[in-house]
Amino acid sequence: MSEMSKIVRTISNVIFPLITIFGLYVIAHGHLTPGGGFQGGAVVASGCIMLLAAYGSAWAFERIKEKRLTAFESLGAVWFIGVAFLGLFVGGIFFANFLVGLKLFDNFTLFGNIPVVGSTLADINTGGVLPLMNFAVGLKVIAGLFAVVLVMAYASSLKEWKK
Amino acid sequence: MTTRHIVAVLVFSIVAVFFVFSALMIHPFGDPGSPDMDNHIIKNTQTEAGTNNGVTSVVFDYRGFDTLGEATILFTAVAGVMMIFRRKKR
Repeated sequence: MSEMSKIVRTISNVIFPLITIFGLYVIAHGHLTPGGGFQGGAVVASGCIMLLAAYGSAWAFERIKEKRLTAFESLGAVWFIGVAFLGLFVGGIFFANFLVGLKLFDNFTLFGNIPVVGSTLADINTGGVLPLMNFAVGLKVIAGLFAVVLVMAYASSLKEWKK
Repeated sequence: MTTRHIVAVLVFSIVAVFFVFSALMIHPFGDPGSPDMDNHIIKNTQTEAGTNNGVTSVVFDYRGFDTLGEATILFTAVAGVMMIFRRKKR
């Protein structure tokens, strides 16, 4: 992929932060509103792919190493399975939601508040391990999808660079 | 008409009969067969999983093992693509 015109690059510069913020919002509110790790991660990854398409793969080749992206993907996978095994060791069941109602210190709960039963507005401090798993899956999907498209862009433009 | 055509028509009609009968025997819309598990999840997701979003509580808590399989599929796909398209050592 070669570089696109200046208009496209400027517009994608303007839109990219908005797309990223929206995707991170979908990931962070996965336990309150529709969406979650997979969906928000796909949104953020498509924003990154838009930048890649606008600036061309030669621009990205010098700046982004795909090995770091795969490291982030593996980190997300390890985080996800680690939280699941914490449920096994602390709560007794694989994928047990051990953080619900658990008071860590005096009055501090990490995502442990229990919402009022009924259709209410819950705060973000609820959900137990679900937000942690949403973050893990979001990291995994962002890094994984972007790494796949990036590596394919590099491979498709290798012939152009050799000429 | 050769034997091949006859076999093809036979197989097609048998499969078509199966599809039509299974379409006729489907549940009426909005009337699930046994809604016990649905009712349990809808009633208890706010106290057990602590979320307002029941879908996420099913995906990551009640059926967490399934999500682990999905994550493994994504990991395997990315690993395969990286293996095919990796940079050559110079």
